[in-house]
Amino acid sequence: MNEPQEEGKKKKGLFARLKEGLSKTRSSITSGMDRIFSGYSEIDDDFYEDLEEVMIMADIGVNATDSILGRLKKQVREQHIKDPASCRELLVQDIRDQMNVEPDAYDFEQGPSVMLIIGVNGVGKTTSVGKLASLYRQEGKKVLIAAADTFRAAAAEQIDEWGRRADVDVIGAGAGADPASVVYDAVNAAKARKADLLLVDTAGRLHNKKNLMAELAKIDRVITREWPQARRENLVVLDGATGQNALSQAREFAGVTNLTGIILTKMDGTARGGVAVAIQSELDIPVKFIGVGEKTGDLQKFDPDAYVRALFERDDPEEDLIEASETSSRGEKPEDSSEEA
Amino acid sequence: MAFESLSEKLNRVFQKLSRKGTLSEEDVKAALKEVKMALLEADVNFRVVKQFISSIQERAVGEEVMKGLNPAQQVIKIVNDEMVKLMGPETTGLQFQPGKALTVIMMTGLQGSGKTTTAAKLAGKVKKKGKRPLLAALDVYRPGAVKQLQVNGEKVDVPVFAMDECRDPVVIAGEAVSHALKYNNDVLFLDTAGRLQIDDAMMAELENIKKAVTVHQTILVVDAMTGQEAVNVAKTFDERIGIDGVILSKMDGDTRGGAALSVKAVTGKPILYVGMGEKLADLEQFYPDRMASRILGMGDVLTLIEKAQESATEEDERSSREMAGRLRKGKFDFNDYLESMKQMRKMGGLGSILGMMPNLGISKDDIEGSIDEKKLARMEAIVLSMTPAERANPKLLSPQRKFRIAKGSGNDIADVNRFIKNFGQMQDMVKKMGGLGGKKRHGNPFGAFPGMGGPGFGRGRGGLPF
Repeated sequence: MNEPQEEGKKKKGLFARLKEGLSKTRSSITSGMDRIFSGYSEIDDDFYEDLEEVMIMADIGVNATDSILGRLKKQVREQHIKDPASCRELLVQDIRDQMNVEPDAYDFEQGPSVMLIIGVNGVGKTTSVGKLASLYRQEGKKVLIAAADTFRAAAAEQIDEWGRRADVDVIGAGAGADPASVVYDAVNAAKARKADLLLVDTAGRLHNKKNLMAELAKIDRVITREWPQARRENLVVLDGATGQNALSQAREFAGVTNLTGIILTKMDGTARGGVAVAIQSELDIPVKFIGVGEKTGDLQKFDPDAYVRALFERDDPEEDLIEASETSSRGEKPEDSSEEA
Repeated sequence: MAFESLSEKLNRVFQKLSRKGTLSEEDVKAALKEVKMALLEADVNFRVVKQFISSIQERAVGEEVMKGLNPAQQVIKIVNDEMVKLMGPETTGLQFQPGKALTVIMMTGLQGSGKTTTAAKLAGKVKKKGKRPLLAALDVYRPGAVKQLQVNGEKVDVPVFAMDECRDPVVIAGEAVSHALKYNNDVLFLDTAGRLQIDDAMMAELENIKKAVTVHQTILVVDAMTGQEAVNVAKTFDERIGIDGVILSKMDGDTRGGAALSVKAVTGKPILYVGMGEKLADLEQFYPDRMASRILGMGDVLTLIEKAQESATEEDERSSREMAGRLRKGKFDFNDYLESMKQMRKMGGLGSILGMMPNLGISKDDIEGSIDEKKLARMEAIVLSMTPAERANPKLLSPQRKFRIAKGSGNDIADVNRFIKNFGQMQDMVKKMGGLGGKKRHGNPFGAFPGMGGPGFGRGRGGLPF
């Protein structure tokens, strides 16, 4: 098993890591894109239909695909573009613009701040909390974890293990305790210990369960009431393989808390995570972190340039596949898989 | 809702269609374009959708519109039929070795798909059937995974085999089999770690487990919310490990579950169960027809009917058969209304039923927010204040009679008028539906429940396509 500290020191450019994690994504998308951009000599209906297929296969969704293609068509018309290859840059730019992260997105780092991590079951909340704890602990911040998942069997063991790895204290309570009371304790502990960052791990909850959403609202209220001065981040964790339901998840969670961003996880598989584009386009919620692997260092700040570039990069697909198989057969056992509920 | 639901879309298209009266090729194309978009929104894989649409196109164009159906209903019927065909056949659940021989079942899937929870649920299920299951914890990677299985095992009172010191799942699998044989367990569930289908090392581990012990059935647990990726996952697991069945987890969310269709289409492997909740008892049999209506956004009509059947006594059944007969003829009077109210209460209230109803164009929030059981009671009081003759023949209701009814039921005359007007609209709807005779749906009198058109329920009158 890898020690997180060791992991973090293994320097590798963010772009390279992202590219590595996204290599499968990219190869499946770009081979499609390339086929289209190079396979057509003129821009016609078939060309657009093929583009539509590739985008939908990336989980970008019908609506977002429609509006992106609508804008593309308009530009093509207005600028009298005849060459399919020129469309590529327009598309990259369009998606890049959408995925923009505002400069103040990470202001919470100036602390003290409370980060509430929410999402449906099995998306990787606990794992993300563990990775965030390591990330900010290594930056020298005083981090505290609130183990507010008091429902799932053995959730406490999992978060304790992450706390141990990250060298971060975990405030918890027994199974079945009221999560809001755990958060209450943790917030007051964070204040007393002058923590820079309190990470609140919550139980997975389906966004259509009224009671569980009410419970979340209560947790949110407790934080606001107990520590009004703290900077707040409410991040929804979305599984990169999730389809259009992720939109519904983001929408419902945003209805209960003031959602400030998305953590997109499990992007090291063949999942495209394209639904993030749909969410940006329809709900205007930015991706702030992205999980591209199972190791501690594999949670990164979201870089839209790298993301879109890596997504569209016109590499030889063959090379991508080799790269991907090298990554996946690195022989390391994952030190953690995400939670399961 | 920013999203227009599939049912709303289909309704809109089909309303356009039905206005024309006949079903041309262009009409079918227009309708299927919407179906296609809706299926994509439901996360059915693009290629699967393409195939599906073309097979429907073939069937729909040139097919005679059945007697009693309007063209729109005909298209829906075909879409639904094809869908059920693709999803089917109905499954028989897990296959066990004959007699007391040990059946080994391996649970596989991506991280977070719900393997551990599902394994425990399954074990609890077979235990109830009189088996002696054993759960084995093979997830040596995720912190807390073994403990999670132990806690869940305890909940269903099934023993869990775990090896604290051993970090090799292949060894644990072998030991678990020996343990099961020694302690006379007849079903062994191997709970493996979640893995990506492109992770060679982890996939090889599953192959090695299969080599080391005889695995009788390999089950792939798929998160019902999975997007286009579902086909890749299912295909790779099937090709490398060989799967025998699929379990869809997290179906209690609001996902349409298009992944079910994709997975079925690419692997051809049956879907054995669906996970409908966090409680261990919430693992349900898979019904292709219900899944089809869910993906199509037509509600869980069949579950509703089943519920109705469960709650119905013989007497109810007769009266509901009679009512069904009347509905088929397009008749619906106040007696039917009273009857449906009565049955509704038996089935656990309107809220739970509406949730299962197709195509009402109302969301769950609407239901929870606006159903006023008191209002329903007032409406019932209006009917109860009518004479039997009036109930059977609403045309008798003159202003004087309405005034009497208002007084008798403690309502304003305006309330009575509104109720009767809404009721008239319901009757029209019933007439439109009448003679439809869809094989399973005609017996359901609730499709035309008038409370929906009642005061305070503005959007309630979605046109039912069936």
